[in-house]
Amino acid sequence: MPSNDERWLDAEAGPVVRPYALTQGRTRHTGESFDLVASVVATHAFADPASLAPEHISVLQLARVPTTVADIASDVDLPLGVVRIILADLRELGLVVISTPVVMAERVDRHTLREVLNGLRGL
Amino acid sequence: MDYGVSDSAGGYPKRSAQYRAIKILLAGGFGVGKTTLVGAVSEIRPLRTEEPLTEGSLRTDSTAGVEGKTTTTVAMDFGRISLRSDLVLYLFGTPGQQRFWFMWDELAIGALGAVVLADTRRLADSFPAIDYFERRQIPFIVALNCFEGAARYDTEDVRLALDLEPDMPIVLCDARSKESAKEVLITLVEHVLVTASEEPLSGIA
Repeated sequence: MPSNDERWLDAEAGPVVRPYALTQGRTRHTGESFDLVASVVATHAFADPASLAPEHISVLQLARVPTTVADIASDVDLPLGVVRIILADLRELGLVVISTPVVMAERVDRHTLREVLNGLRGL
Repeated sequence: MDYGVSDSAGGYPKRSAQYRAIKILLAGGFGVGKTTLVGAVSEIRPLRTEEPLTEGSLRTDSTAGVEGKTTTTVAMDFGRISLRSDLVLYLFGTPGQQRFWFMWDELAIGALGAVVLADTRRLADSFPAIDYFERRQIPFIVALNCFEGAARYDTEDVRLALDLEPDMPIVLCDARSKESAKEVLITLVEHVLVTASEEPLSGIA
């Protein structure tokens, strides 16, 4: 049977990689879902470094100051889907708290829109 | 990053409870200038997604012969603009083709609005993005990146070609210029303000 691999293996499709090996093959995270710009912050619970994978430790370290899911993914240079699973693992262990940003579009009021406008004009 | 520092008592930094995040999407075909525009106006950072192929994208893309490949890697442009200490704007630049819609579905949730960046030489490349935002009722504007050497079109000709409503803003821009990129974002937010006064904002999500 002829192979159609070429169709997929172009620059747009990206390399065939196996990042989900870091997550034991899991492609869906546990628990409540969270947004790309959800805020992540480490709790002060004790984490035994020996029980965590290096990637989990890297993510946990980044969350010492409040940051976002997207910022973490960019900093650790891991795909977003993988970082989500790592974050959900850390949440389950009580090591991070993930909260939805205060304002999402459905709740953006005119006052906030004007603040955004003024902020942009002042750049 | 100028995040607030933790207080000495070891509690959560104050910032975490107060900051507001605003998402804006930037869509357009390959090579239309998304990365340039995001870089002109914000701290741009690389962001990769490695997402399982959804049923939707499996229908779109033939996977014959590569049935084992169930994930796809996509590079996104990701920029952040700190407008105030408690107000941060996030820009997400995503490829415009239908095969990437699985990413948009997620990005679009809670997004303030979208910019469709178009090249007048390849206007058809922006059809899928326009379709998508119209169908999802996400407020958007069209920005025409004025490449050197490309013929300048009247924005009204472009409106006709893209079948856009008369009140839909179409702006000319130079994606390399910070001022121009700023104007594009300002036009979008002004458009959202106008749209919001006509209908409840709950229609956005």
